[in-house]
Amino acid sequence: MTRRSLAHLFLMPLALLFVAPLVWMALTAFMPDADINTYPPKLWPEHFTLDGFRRIFTEDEYPLWLANTVIVAGSAVLGHVVLCSLAGYGFARIKFRGRGVAFAAVMATIMVPTQVLMIPTFLLFKNMGLIDTLGAAIVPWLASAFGVFLMRQFFLSLPKELEEAAIIDGCSPLGVFFRVVLPLARPALATLVVFTLLGAWNDLIWPLIAISSESGYTLQLGLATFAGARHTEWSALMAGNVVAVLPLVLAFILAQRHFVATMSFSGLKG
Amino acid sequence: MTAPTMSRTARVSAPSARRSRLVPQLTGWGFVFPATLVIVGLSLFPAVWALLLSLRDGDLLTGGDFVGLANYGDMLGDAELAASAGHTLLYTVLFVPGSVVLGLALALALNLKIRLIGFYRTCFFVPYVVSAAATGILSNFVFDPDFGIVNAGLKALGLPAMGFLQDPDQAMLTLVAISLWGGVGMPAVVYLAALQDIPRELIEAARADGGAGRHVLRHVVLPQLRPATVFLLIWQTITALQLFDLVYTTTKGQPLDSTTTIVFYLYRQAFQLFHSGYGTAIAYVLFIVTLAVSGAVLWRGAK
Repeated sequence: MTRRSLAHLFLMPLALLFVAPLVWMALTAFMPDADINTYPPKLWPEHFTLDGFRRIFTEDEYPLWLANTVIVAGSAVLGHVVLCSLAGYGFARIKFRGRGVAFAAVMATIMVPTQVLMIPTFLLFKNMGLIDTLGAAIVPWLASAFGVFLMRQFFLSLPKELEEAAIIDGCSPLGVFFRVVLPLARPALATLVVFTLLGAWNDLIWPLIAISSESGYTLQLGLATFAGARHTEWSALMAGNVVAVLPLVLAFILAQRHFVATMSFSGLKG
Repeated sequence: MTAPTMSRTARVSAPSARRSRLVPQLTGWGFVFPATLVIVGLSLFPAVWALLLSLRDGDLLTGGDFVGLANYGDMLGDAELAASAGHTLLYTVLFVPGSVVLGLALALALNLKIRLIGFYRTCFFVPYVVSAAATGILSNFVFDPDFGIVNAGLKALGLPAMGFLQDPDQAMLTLVAISLWGGVGMPAVVYLAALQDIPRELIEAARADGGAGRHVLRHVVLPQLRPATVFLLIWQTITALQLFDLVYTTTKGQPLDSTTTIVFYLYRQAFQLFHSGYGTAIAYVLFIVTLAVSGAVLWRGAK
């Protein structure tokens, strides 16, 4: 037996084991509750229905949670794309007093874990009147040290000649940034968008702390909180899971080819 | 150029020179200020505040009184905290080596330039993007002792049914298994990228010298992967020590508190019992332990 067929023998059962729960989750989302609540469980939807999805998009608080998640994750992505690339460019290309200190301060925050920050941040936001608003869920996601670092490393890897030519042509620093640099940054931005989406879309502990009204929940928080209480609503929960998971799976598959390139220029690769 | 000439030139062009020095300063700060404000303002400032909070007996509504190191002292006699630390440690020693070794095995197999590599990579990586909430719901469904498909499978094979997440002896092990499902894709992808960076000549030379596959792996490949291994060990350890989401979405620390982790206990102390001073003290100790472990791994890895 060759080494390659041995590799398939090892990889194939494991790969199927890894995707099986997700495939089954998607199939269950198309079953009526009566079929889900039987034993032994059905593997295939015999009575195909879209009822679970109809409920997720129209009933109870589900549509609100979905809208909140889209707003939070959308703001996070927008904030990261604008603020992190501006800062990454400033740190990579513009010489100004205090640059080293400011960059070091940003990088130092990578070491500080969430659980140290959540109590004082809760108190800070409570004083600002942000607690229990979507703003509380959004503000911490507007920028991150990882995002600034990623963009700075990318801009350092770009040749300077294009920008210099644009400056000689009379372009302002912001003009250079928006017209010349940002269009070249698409692979780095794709990585930034996907990782920000992953973090903000899936975030659980911060919305759990910052948001107390059910109508303000994100989809993840709503699913996590009510999963135990709504055991009879499996089809809606599974449809909710599909809706919660699908955008990220698609984003990752679409952006996959950019990752290896990004990992190598940011120095994250081995 | 002599000194007097220089000072005269400087005096003549002083205003425009100052402006030309000031403009890049302002431009630079204009670019970096918004992100720096958000990141440093919501990180370093709260981190210092947390340290002060940990010296008070606040209740999340009022600041409380200064109590010195009493919160830190209380941790020593807290049996529930000790139990939570034990559960976290058990999870960490199983999850970190488990995910790194399995990730390496997957990457080595994928690196044989086999067919279907895109399919395999997607299969192993997709669970990594599945949220803790979705993973939790799915786990409760699949591992349900009475109606779950896993016990249905065991029964079909003639094996006894198990309690999984509802059995105090099995719950933490089940959480490790679920975490490996979701957490092995990242090390696999990082190792695969690192493997593709090893110069082919290096491995061919070792083979030509008569090295068996096992020896080439141990003496040539693994040393080349060392930076990736150090990075992954630190990353996975930090992830494991901070386990919260999956516990919250599956067992909520039960049964019999057997899956209460440090961060879950901290969350309960701070946001359900309103012991915010005590909660921040626990957070700070965990932070220092995390730094110490990362430092130790880096130091061992550099040798």
